[in-house]
Amino acid sequence: MATGPGLNIAVDEKRFGSGAPLFAGLHLQIAPSSVVALIGPSGVGKSTLLRMIAGIDAHFTGSITVDGMAAAAAPVPGFVFQDPRLLPWLTAADNIRAAAPACTEAQAVTALERVELGDAEMLYPHQLSGGMQRRVALARALAVNAGLLLLDEPFVSLDRDLVSEMHRLFRHVVDAERPTVLFVSHLIDDAIRLADRVLLIDHRPARVVADIALPKAPAERDETVLAAYRHMLERQPS
Amino acid sequence: MLEWLSLPLLLLLWQVLATVFAHRLFPSPILVAQEMWDTATAGRLLLDLGKTLARVAMAFVVAMLLGTALGIVFGRIRWVDRLFSGWLLVGLNLPAIVVAIVLYIWLGLTEVALVLAVIINKLPLVVTTVREGVRSFATEFDELGRVFRLSRLRRLRLIFLPQLLPFVLAAARTGLSLIWKIVLVFEVLGSDGGVGYRIAIMFQFFDIAGILAYTASFILVVLAFEYGVLRPLERRALKWRPVQG
Repeated sequence: MATGPGLNIAVDEKRFGSGAPLFAGLHLQIAPSSVVALIGPSGVGKSTLLRMIAGIDAHFTGSITVDGMAAAAAPVPGFVFQDPRLLPWLTAADNIRAAAPACTEAQAVTALERVELGDAEMLYPHQLSGGMQRRVALARALAVNAGLLLLDEPFVSLDRDLVSEMHRLFRHVVDAERPTVLFVSHLIDDAIRLADRVLLIDHRPARVVADIALPKAPAERDETVLAAYRHMLERQPS
Repeated sequence: MLEWLSLPLLLLLWQVLATVFAHRLFPSPILVAQEMWDTATAGRLLLDLGKTLARVAMAFVVAMLLGTALGIVFGRIRWVDRLFSGWLLVGLNLPAIVVAIVLYIWLGLTEVALVLAVIINKLPLVVTTVREGVRSFATEFDELGRVFRLSRLRRLRLIFLPQLLPFVLAAARTGLSLIWKIVLVFEVLGSDGGVGYRIAIMFQFFDIAGILAYTASFILVVLAFEYGVLRPLERRALKWRPVQG
């Protein structure tokens, strides 16, 4: 089974303009095919870190490598933005094909079927609900067929039923394709349900204040265990 | 349904007024239609109409292409906008007739002078509309293009042009209505043929029926273009937009 890439993050300094540094000496190793949740308060730099890993923000000192390659030269990652960010003039299927040029029309429909939107291929974004748009955004990220998935608050502002549905889809993809996943969340619950490693980031410049490995085996992830981890994370000093 | 009644209602009103105020200088629509038929079959109407439309088409195409290109530059490059936006303001407020007179003096009563005068009048409007459009582009879509590493061509086709299109169509719509009008004025001022030229001659003979026949023919062409070309094009290009109201 194919595996996702390993990441080596060594950011010496990242700042915006002449302000205080956002990161100063942030060093992280992300194992291949691991699912890592970055949690922490707003403005701590989680989304910026995702953009740096995606290779679109290179204004920092240090290096980020994906399987040994500079981030900007590594294969295109699958990316989910905080907002669905669908191109309003393209149908759901064409939005997928826009990001994944190699994707055929049939493959775009298959990608939509994976997020249970097989009948929405010809609909424009304004014809989809907020939750459906998010699922199209997830389908788009998956259609890129990347070993690396970067998700920025993928479940924010969705109702609980939809979040459970998105969690199930997410787990299904991760189990089937074993990508390396980094996802940003400010919800501890998302993190402990989906990730096998949780990084709690805080302060400015940002640093990892807790690095917690969660059990991978489903049998070891029952509600009692997850509740214990939730409790542990909530007690972290910030 | 009501919009289909709009023009027949106008014709009916005209007919009623022409019957009430019957006068040689206020012909009825039926008389004007008869005059249209006569000038189209036996006169020079089609020739004049063709000449005017050729001028309109030439000025429209050049002004749209040049104006769109310049609008993109103004919208994207800040220093160009800051240095030349004063020129745009001058262009927008320059009386159309002055431009035509100056060009006729410089270049003579030529086809080039006429078309160039129309282009110069239309250009600032296109540049301004497109510039405002380019300024309003969503930067997050640029980020989307960079994240998924879309080629320049794909970014142009999938992100840039779809955002530009509504503004180009708006510029085309307002610009075309401007061009229709000023071409006629410039033809009256000085040309060797065309609808405006013929109307100027008819003016000397107080030939109201002829003037209205030419005007109605011209309006018919404008409406045919609006409903046959512009609106379907707009509907097709902007079908992704939510229906208002």
